[in-house]
This record gives sequence, structure tokens and C-alpha cells, in this order.
Amino acid sequence: MTEPKPAANALELKDLSVAYRVGRRDRAVLRNVNLTIKAGEAYGLVGESGCGKSTVALSVVRYLPRNGSITGGSIALDGKDVMKLDAEALRRARADSVSMVYQDPGKALNPSLRIGRQLTEIFELAGISGQVAEDKALAMLNRVRISDPAGVMQRYPHQLSGGMQQRVAIAMALANDPSMLILDEPTTGLDATVEAEVLDLIGQLRRELSASILFISHNLAVVSNMCDRVGVLYAGMLVEEGSTRQVFNDPRHPYTVALLRCLPRGGQRKDQGRLDTIPGFLPGIGADIVGCAFADRCALATERCRAEPPPLYDLGDGRLSRCHYHDKAQSLPRATPAEIAAVAPRQAPPVLQVEGLNKTYASHGRPLRAVKDVSVSLRPGETLGLVGESGSGKTTFARLLLGLVPPDDGGSIELEGKKLAPRLASRSEDQVKAVQIVFQNPDSALNRSHSIRHILSRALKRLGGLTGKTLDTRLEELVRSVRLTDRHLAVKPRQLSGGLKQRVAIARAFAGDPRIVVCDEPTSALDVSVQAAILNLLADLQSKQDVSYIFISHDLGVVRYLSDKIAVLYLGRIMEFGPSEAVFSGPHHPYTEALLSAVPKLDRTESSRIRLDGEIPSAANPPTGCVFHTRCPRKIGAICETQEPELAEAQPGHTIRCHIPYAELARLQKPKAVEPA
Amino acid sequence: MTATDTPASLPAPSAPDATRRSPWGEVLHSLSRSGTFLTGLFILLFWVVCALFGQHFVPYDPLESDIINSLTPPAADHWFGTDQLGRDVFSRVIVGSRDILTVAPLATILATIAGTALGLVIGYFRGIVDDIVSRVLEAFMAIPVVIIALLAIVALGTSKITVIVVIGLSFAPIIARTVRSAVLAERELDYVAAAKLRHEGALHTMFVEILPNVIPPILVETTVRLGYAIFAVATLSFMGFGIQPPSPDWGLSISSNYGMIGGGFWWTVLFDALAIASLVIGVNLVADGVHGAFND
Repeated sequence: MTEPKPAANALELKDLSVAYRVGRRDRAVLRNVNLTIKAGEAYGLVGESGCGKSTVALSVVRYLPRNGSITGGSIALDGKDVMKLDAEALRRARADSVSMVYQDPGKALNPSLRIGRQLTEIFELAGISGQVAEDKALAMLNRVRISDPAGVMQRYPHQLSGGMQQRVAIAMALANDPSMLILDEPTTGLDATVEAEVLDLIGQLRRELSASILFISHNLAVVSNMCDRVGVLYAGMLVEEGSTRQVFNDPRHPYTVALLRCLPRGGQRKDQGRLDTIPGFLPGIGADIVGCAFADRCALATERCRAEPPPLYDLGDGRLSRCHYHDKAQSLPRATPAEIAAVAPRQAPPVLQVEGLNKTYASHGRPLRAVKDVSVSLRPGETLGLVGESGSGKTTFARLLLGLVPPDDGGSIELEGKKLAPRLASRSEDQVKAVQIVFQNPDSALNRSHSIRHILSRALKRLGGLTGKTLDTRLEELVRSVRLTDRHLAVKPRQLSGGLKQRVAIARAFAGDPRIVVCDEPTSALDVSVQAAILNLLADLQSKQDVSYIFISHDLGVVRYLSDKIAVLYLGRIMEFGPSEAVFSGPHHPYTEALLSAVPKLDRTESSRIRLDGEIPSAANPPTGCVFHTRCPRKIGAICETQEPELAEAQPGHTIRCHIPYAELARLQKPKAVEPA
Repeated sequence: MTATDTPASLPAPSAPDATRRSPWGEVLHSLSRSGTFLTGLFILLFWVVCALFGQHFVPYDPLESDIINSLTPPAADHWFGTDQLGRDVFSRVIVGSRDILTVAPLATILATIAGTALGLVIGYFRGIVDDIVSRVLEAFMAIPVVIIALLAIVALGTSKITVIVVIGLSFAPIIARTVRSAVLAERELDYVAAAKLRHEGALHTMFVEILPNVIPPILVETTVRLGYAIFAVATLSFMGFGIQPPSPDWGLSISSNYGMIGGGFWWTVLFDALAIASLVIGVNLVADGVHGAFND
């Protein structure tokens, strides 16, 4: 390994400008970005989608798409000018000194080659082959702490879970002992528990290797846990830079301030006020920017901001801010008033009562219990948050409620006291319109061939039973209730941004005055500022219409913000169910405890994190006894392996499925610092 | 309409949208720059013009025989020579495009309509419907078109309609298979679930929700099938099914003259054969272009 001289910077971008050629015009994507990563340093790059984060990464390895070109500035890797390298030298640089890990490991691995083959290939490039290469490959897998590395060598990528695939991708990236490691959203799309493991791994590897890291993420909390310094990109410009702690605790640019405010933090809940949002939109790529790029969305902006582009002010101590009024940035007024939405009375009889719901699929002749014996109840105006890793049965449960999938015989679903038929086709019109859904991905949920007007009118006609004039009037109301305008009606979904599309999807779900709306990860594809606006909208609609939500999300902060009750699912079973505050503040089930501790937090107060070992077991072959015992950090003994615990009432309305008595859980979980045995 | 036509005050979404053409605009744009497509289109249009207006500009009446000048080799007054009845081969080749360019497209349209409907149904319902219908379609596809044609002609008599129906129905299963696989992917998208959650009927879901989204593969398959249909029509008329004398149809002409190649009268067959080849190639170039434009 070539240890870079302490003086040399691992990466140095000087006035880097990149443009994409779209429609015969060069459109600026990066504008004079200056950025330096010292040897051994981890640098985080944050910003919303479209800010140019990935373009920075692609420029460094000169992998820009065909219509992209570097229009100015320079890039130096280890002091070598990347722009001046010829094809062969560039190939050598990519092979020897810089590695990249992408967001989707499934796409980064070759699906038709065994993992072992893909790993040894890298060493063969370096002239090592045969047994030596295989030993080295195995050593790489050991290094990324994958379980059963020898077995993994023999497997194909699709036989590995997402977390394991990402470990393999990281192993491959590290194989050449790079001096620069670029991680582009490496944990986006992974479960929180898996994300925590992968982040732990990256953190450990950082200490073992001397690689410098460029860490790109839209997730501020992840960056704050991983990086020494952080840069905030906005419209292709670096608007703020500084040490992670300083930038996140004492931001000096209104954009950073606003981004941080969009996140539901510190257990904030919907009845404690709205989330703040960022009004307006990111300037389009290639837009002519006069003055400050953020001025249009900034409540602090003055005439000066609109006329005079702010320089990158040096605030000392390595801090930079591209704001004329950086000293006042934190006084940025809220864009959305915090005023508390009226809390609906909660004493009504339950709108939804689910008893003993089961769903068994057949998987290779064996029963797969996707949902096992689930009972929940929900009152009007309440939100039930469903929490659990992927494969825990959250989405299946939602589909059972909607009638898209029929449950096993036995259990029952009651809507306002009346039994719901298992199949959608045999439910009455009223029952159908009473239970609706907002899907995760609006691109899939909205028919791309239809105009927004068609989509919403059809919903009003079928669900609201409206026609003619009344339909038109109601359409206008509906569109306004989700803060869209008439102008949005004529366009097709692809002409709208992700947040606007999700508003359309919400409007559609509300077309027939639903009683229950299932929200299946409705904000996970959106940027934080858009997420905040959508969460506010959902909370507003709920308080106005007394609708109940079943809210599925892997983001526990988001779930906590919106939910009144939480059900924690694991392998189709409810492990814990109760009022949101009780579940979050504990004492809670060891699984809930692990989930909560896996969440990266902006303010790193806890140093110890509970790690779940191994993968979530297959529902086709669940562990005996308590299904969680294989990964449980608080397993007490043989009883966990032989006997499945009952869902016992710990406190009124709060049930936990664990052999450990409630009082004991309380004692164990009280001192946060105690490491589980 | 392109995205740039949207009202200016519409909160402009992310920038690429502002300059992006609509998906169909994109396809047209890429077609207009595809040499393959334009070459094919040129050949196809040439024959379409011949079929529509050929009889007005050909030098001779393609049906008028002139026994004294029979079997003259290509020369200045008969560019492509004359056949055994003394008819002008050039005029016959030009006007001969008419029947094939009526029958083949109509057969393809029939195949597309029937195949699309079938494909939507089996792709949407899947399960037992799909299993049964797909096996039947596969069995049907295993029978050569010529055999089906023979049976149909015995049953219905020869006519252009018979040819259209025979070719249309024998190509329908192939189109149905393409549509089915496109529908299988579409039906997993959430907008189909959303339609179910509105209690939409199967017909609405299939034809209003799914159909507009599977048009691209249908268009590609249709243009490919048109090439095959032209070939099939020519084959059938060569065998004496379908288009009947005295039509100057190419397949028919080849069939009545090919015995004379041995006598050295190559021009009575060659130009008809070239005409068929050029039309098939032209249509296939168009099909390639369309395929490329949709799969960029």
C-alpha cells in the first residue's frame, strides 16, 4: 500500500465545473466546487437530490455520462491531476488508488458470476492468480465480517441479502487497497439494522485502512455519524463546509438550517406542531443564477442576496459559508407555521378491529407464515405505525387489510363494527372506498398514460360516486386540499416532481372520504424537505377528516412523528404493540430496543449500539420458540429456544412478546450504557 | 404537447423535465434521426405510392396482352421485358404492389387487434385462463400457415378475405404472446392495485389502465409482423391461394412464370422477386427503427 505523504491531499477539487448537454445546451451541474479531502479523512457531501452530489463522485473517477463534461477546474487525486491522465493511466488510477461503492449493490455485482469469481478477478487484474488470489478473496470477505465467507464465495449475488451484497461490494472496493474510497449512498435502501451494521463496518475499516473517504448521502444523520468534515451542496455549489459537529450543531447557511429543521427530531410528534419545510424548488440544472442560488427559497433574503452572488465566506476554524448573512442564518424564520393541529377526540369506538389475522403462503411446498396471529385495534383519527425490518410482514398485513390478498380462514377484520369480507371483490362499495392506500412509489402508483385530471376524476367517480358539476367542484376542493392547483391537472405524472406526484396519490386515496388510509413508506423516495411537507399534509388531513392511518416506514423518526400506536413486527408476528410513546421510550421488547438503537442520530449522544447478529431468518423456516432468539442480545436461556412467549400486557394497552418480565426489561434497559451480555 | 408547454407558473419540477420531450415526442425525434428507419420508410412509401397511383403512370396497361411481343427481353420500350402473354413486366411489377399492400396490412391489423385483446386477457387473468389459452395458442402456432390456409380455403373458398383472416388469425397468437409478457410486468405496478381498490371492472383495468402503457411493444411487434405478413401473402398467392388471376400480383406472377426460368426468360420472375424482397426488407428496416426508438 502506498502511504500518501502526510502533506498530500487525497482529493483536491479546484473550481470544478461540470455541465450536462441537454437539448443542445450545456447545463451547469457543478459550479466552481472547491473541496479538499486530507489523507485519512472522511468527508461527507450532503444535499437534496439534484444538487450534484453524485456528479462530484463521477467526476473524480471520470465516469461522467456521455453528455457530461468537465467545463473547468481541476481534480487531483493524491496530487495527480486526473484530467491529464491518458486512458491507460486513468485505468491504472481506477484500478489502484480509487474505489467506488454504489447505492444498489445488486446492480454493482455481476449476476451471472459467483462471488468468489468476481473477487478473484480483481486480483487477477493485479497479476495474482490461482490459489493465492482465492486466499486473498477469502481474506477480503473475512475483513468485511461476512458470515460464512467460504460459503459466500460459492454463491451468486441474488442468493445474498442486500446487506451481504453491500458487504461484498465493499470488499471488492477495498481489494486494491485504495487510497480514496467513494461511497455513494451506500446504505440507502437497506434496513436500519443492516444500515447500522454496514456503517459500523465502514467505521471499523476506516480505522484499519488509511483510506480517505468521500461519503455521499442525503441522510444527514448517517453523514454526521461517519464523517469528520461535511460539505453541503446546493444547486451545484458548495454552500457550507466545516467540521461535522459544527455544521450540524451550528449551521451557518440558511439551507443547512432549513434542511436540519425538516427532520422530525428528538421524538417530535404531530400534536407538538408541524415540521418546517423549504418552500419552492431547487433551481433547475443549468439555470441562470443571479445572486444567491438559495435566495428564492430563503426568508432572510434581501435585495443584496438577489443581486450579488455571495462568495464563500471564510468564518475561520475551517468553516465556510456562502451566505451574505451567515451570522444570522439560524434566525431563519419558519416557512411553515408550527401551529398545532387540533387533536381529535380519541374516545370513539374503534374504526378498525383486527383479530387473529394470519396469512400463509406456500413456498416450495412449505408453508410460509407471512403474517401470524396479528390483532390490533385503531380508533378514528389515530395512526398505527408498523415497524420492522423488510420481510417482517408489514406490507403483507397492509395488503390483507385492503383486501388485495385474502387472509387465511379464521381471523377477522372489522371496519366500524362490520366484518370486512376477506376479498376485495366481495366487499361493498362503501367498504372499498373506506380503506385506501398511498403507495411508496408514485411512479408505479399513478398510471403514466393518464393526466392528473383523469386519475383524480376517475377516483372521484368510482369512490365518491360523483358525476358532472359536483365532480368538478369536488375535484377542485380535493386538489386544493393537497395544495396542488388547477394547473397541475392537465399534466401527466412524469411532468411532476416526486413530492407533487405523492400529493396526487394522496388526493386519490382521499377521493371517497376514506376511514382508513394505509401509507406504505409514502416518503421514503422523497427528499427531507419534501418529506416534511408530505408529513404535514398527512397530519392536517387527519385532523380535518378524522381519518385513521396505518403508517409503514423504516424511518423511525417519521413513524414516531405521525403515530399514536406502534406495532413492532418480526417474521409476521407482533413483538410489541402499544401507544407510540410507551413503545419508543421503553421499557420495550429487545427487538424494538435494537431497532431504535440502530437509527443513526444527528446528535451522537450514545456511543454503544446494540448490534443484531446475522440476517433476519426466513419466514418459511422460522426459529423455534421465540422467533427472535437467534438474534436477541438479551436472550435468557433455553426457554427462549423452546417456547414461544405470549404477547403479554406489560401495562394497560402496551403488550410485549418476551419471556423477560416487564420489570426486568425496565431494569435492563434503564442504564443506557450497559452493554448487553 | 411537450413539457415546455406547461404553464410557466407551474412550479417547475427538477430541471431535466423542463426540456424533456413527451415520451412520444422522444420516439419521433429518434425515428427522424434513424437512417435505418428512414431508408425503410422510403422503400415502403415508394411501394405505397405505386399501389395507390401506379396505374396512372405506368407505360402500359399491366393486364393488356400483346402476343406478338411476348417474352421480349428488357429493352428500351419494355424496361423489364414482357411475359409470355406480351404484358409489360415493369407495369405489372409497379401495379402488382396493390393487392399485397391491401391484404398484408389488413391481415396485420386483424392480428394486432385479436392478439392484443387475447394477450391482455391472458396476461391480466393469468392462472388457469393463461395456462389453457396459452397452450392452445402454442398448439396453433405449431401448425404452418400454409396448412391452415389450405383448410380455410377448402372451408371458405378462395378470396382476399380468406387470406386476411387466415394470416390475421395465425399471427394473432404471436402478438398475444408479446402483449401477455408486457401485461404481466404492468399488472404488478401499483396503479393496477389502485384500480382494484376502486372496484374497477376487469375490462376497464385491461383496456383503459393497462393498454395505453403496452402500446410500444405492440407497435414494434406489429411492424415486425407486417414484414412476415407480406411474405406470407406472397407465398399464398404463389401457391394459388388467395389473390387470383388476372391480378398482376407478384407472387402470382412468379408462380405462373417460374417454369420459364429454365428457358432463359429470367426477367419474367426476377423483378417480381426483387419487388417482394425490397418490400419485406423495407418493412423490416422500419420495424428495426421502431424497435430501436422504443428501446433507447
